[in-house]
Amino acid sequence: MTNDSLISVEDLKVYFPVGDRIARAVDGVSFEVRREETICLVGESGCGKTVSALSILGLIPTPPGEIAGGQILFADQNLLELNEADMQKIRGNRISMVFQEPLTSLNPVFTIGDQIGEAISIHKKLETEAVRENCIQLLTDVGISSPAQRLKDYPHQLSGGQRQRVMIAMALACDPDLIIADEPTTALDVTVQAQILLLFRSIQKTRSMSVLYITHDLGVVANIADRVYVMYAGIITEQGNTAQIFHDARHPYTQGLLASLPSRSKRGTRLHSIPGAVPNPAHKPGGCPFHPRCPYAIPTCRKEYPQMCDYGQGHLARCPVLFEGGGL
Amino acid sequence: MMNIEEKTFNQDFQFQAPLAPKQTRLQAFWFLFKQNRLAIVGLFIFILFFCSALIGLFLTSGPEPIFDPALIRLQEKLRPPLAKPNLDSLRPEEVPTLDFYLMGTDDLGRDVFARMLQGAWVSLTVGFVAVGIAVLIGIFMGGIAGYFGQYHIKVDHILLTFILVSGAGLVAGKLIHFGALLLLLGLGHILYSILTKKRSREKAVSSWSAFLSKNAVSVDTLIMRIVDIMLCFPSFFLILTVVALLPASIYNIMIVIGLTSWMGTTRFVRAEFLSLREQDFVAAVKALGVSNFRIIFRHMMPNAVAPVLVSATIGIATAILTEAGLSFLGFGVPPPHATWGNILSDGKRFIFDAPWLTFIPGVAILIVVLSFNLFGEGLRDTLNPRLRERH
Repeated sequence: MTNDSLISVEDLKVYFPVGDRIARAVDGVSFEVRREETICLVGESGCGKTVSALSILGLIPTPPGEIAGGQILFADQNLLELNEADMQKIRGNRISMVFQEPLTSLNPVFTIGDQIGEAISIHKKLETEAVRENCIQLLTDVGISSPAQRLKDYPHQLSGGQRQRVMIAMALACDPDLIIADEPTTALDVTVQAQILLLFRSIQKTRSMSVLYITHDLGVVANIADRVYVMYAGIITEQGNTAQIFHDARHPYTQGLLASLPSRSKRGTRLHSIPGAVPNPAHKPGGCPFHPRCPYAIPTCRKEYPQMCDYGQGHLARCPVLFEGGGL
Repeated sequence: MMNIEEKTFNQDFQFQAPLAPKQTRLQAFWFLFKQNRLAIVGLFIFILFFCSALIGLFLTSGPEPIFDPALIRLQEKLRPPLAKPNLDSLRPEEVPTLDFYLMGTDDLGRDVFARMLQGAWVSLTVGFVAVGIAVLIGIFMGGIAGYFGQYHIKVDHILLTFILVSGAGLVAGKLIHFGALLLLLGLGHILYSILTKKRSREKAVSSWSAFLSKNAVSVDTLIMRIVDIMLCFPSFFLILTVVALLPASIYNIMIVIGLTSWMGTTRFVRAEFLSLREQDFVAAVKALGVSNFRIIFRHMMPNAVAPVLVSATIGIATAILTEAGLSFLGFGVPPPHATWGNILSDGKRFIFDAPWLTFIPGVAILIVVLSFNLFGEGLRDTLNPRLRERH
């Protein structure tokens, strides 16, 4: 752990009861976000990305969920041990979140000015007029034209991209140290997606914040990430910087994901796909969770939980088979 | 220096897309609402009733009211509507203000028009205050059940409540020493649990503490079963019983009607909250660090208010009807004060000789209740997008 670490999640375990079984949605995840860095959590749907992010903010509903272990260190405190009142001071103020669906993440009965102003007035306790000026400045920062008029608009009067910009403005309202973005561009079309990604990058640069970006889109990852964590079935399978992941993937799952990307050179040929589907979190296979779908699986994979193998320079992959076999 | 990316980024906002014609929520609502003729009639009568009740309050109260509802002119009893008074037999101050009896006089020669005006205010206040009480309780209970419903009440909470209640009971029942001991025990336990409260994940050690922290019943179940129990009472008879026990006064009636009619609102609010709680915007404001209390009352309540408003409008009609029924049976507002129910009740003895005494208040109740129902249904149709397409 380096000194400029902003938040570090260590061996986080989040379980949900499903019937009489337990779904281990997040099963021993560790990652850290350094200052002024963009981290991507990549993985298929249902692999525990969102649950990891929500548990940083303490937004996992308990019950039914259960934080079964681990710690989340942020500013010398373990966020998992804070009480609700202290957590509310961190949410939106030090760590904030942008959600997936801009269409449903804004309250339909309030104007966007009310909603952006809310975070400011809760955490900073400013005068009404100062809050308004703050809101206008935020809307300008996220690239919304004629912000003073827009403040009086209701969410249904804005387009999808504008709504996501408003969500980002809300997240920026108190100058947080970390923004968690949970697939913020999934519901948007590709041009708007490019604009939003650009916005994230410029915000991150000008405000020197850290961004934890959750996505399943490798194109997005290549675009904005400094470092990447690949998740599969509740565990981190590979981590490294963007170049290492894209050019030197060491885990069969990451390799499979990259091979499944459409590209110009593969035009006309059949697109690669990883056989099978993500295991149900309540019925995970023993040993390495990826072994039923892995082309390199050997009998030990079924029994032994794989250890992280160090490839140097912060590049780690959880596949001893490929590590010993020299990468194949 | 401006790089290319930033330039394209700014270019998108060089020109402005044409804005949709600005329409506030109220304008959009009014546009839909005015298509429903019956609801407009209901709203019109409602406003008329509201104004006449307000004006009536001023005209019939004070030391020298313009229309005196309590002035007895025995020589002028049971005069039909629009009858001219017999000026020879009246003292100058007894002459009706309009120079004729607009709605006739009753068996004591009191002006029915003045009494109707006075009664309108009673009906209005009973309707609004009773429904106000019911809606407040309903929103609170429904909000708790819908938002905190999945939390469980543990065995030690039940024991603690039991200890506190029995302690209070013993103090009230003159066993002061024993009761105070129980109360102190309960309060001490509360203090102790507040002081030692931490987010610890320790498992219970002994079987006794395991029993104490056992989940007994969820908050949702508890509140909804209380609602079910309240709904099982035949509410009119419950009101009759309570009113018979309490001193007769208009405030008691308002409170009792309110306390027996909050169950519908609770169910509405709970149902709305169950669906709203899962909405993304609730998670989003939670991630902004908004407290639970503020989420419930500032963010979720405005989204849940439409069905509550509709049921409240219809509830006012029911409350007016209940009050009239109580007054008719003689359990309502005490006699010198006129209400539509007791004018009707007094008039029933003369139904063949003076039909206006029953007819006028009866029709007034009918029209007001009907108008509230029409207005309420119009509101429901307008506020509920799924019903909107019928028009």
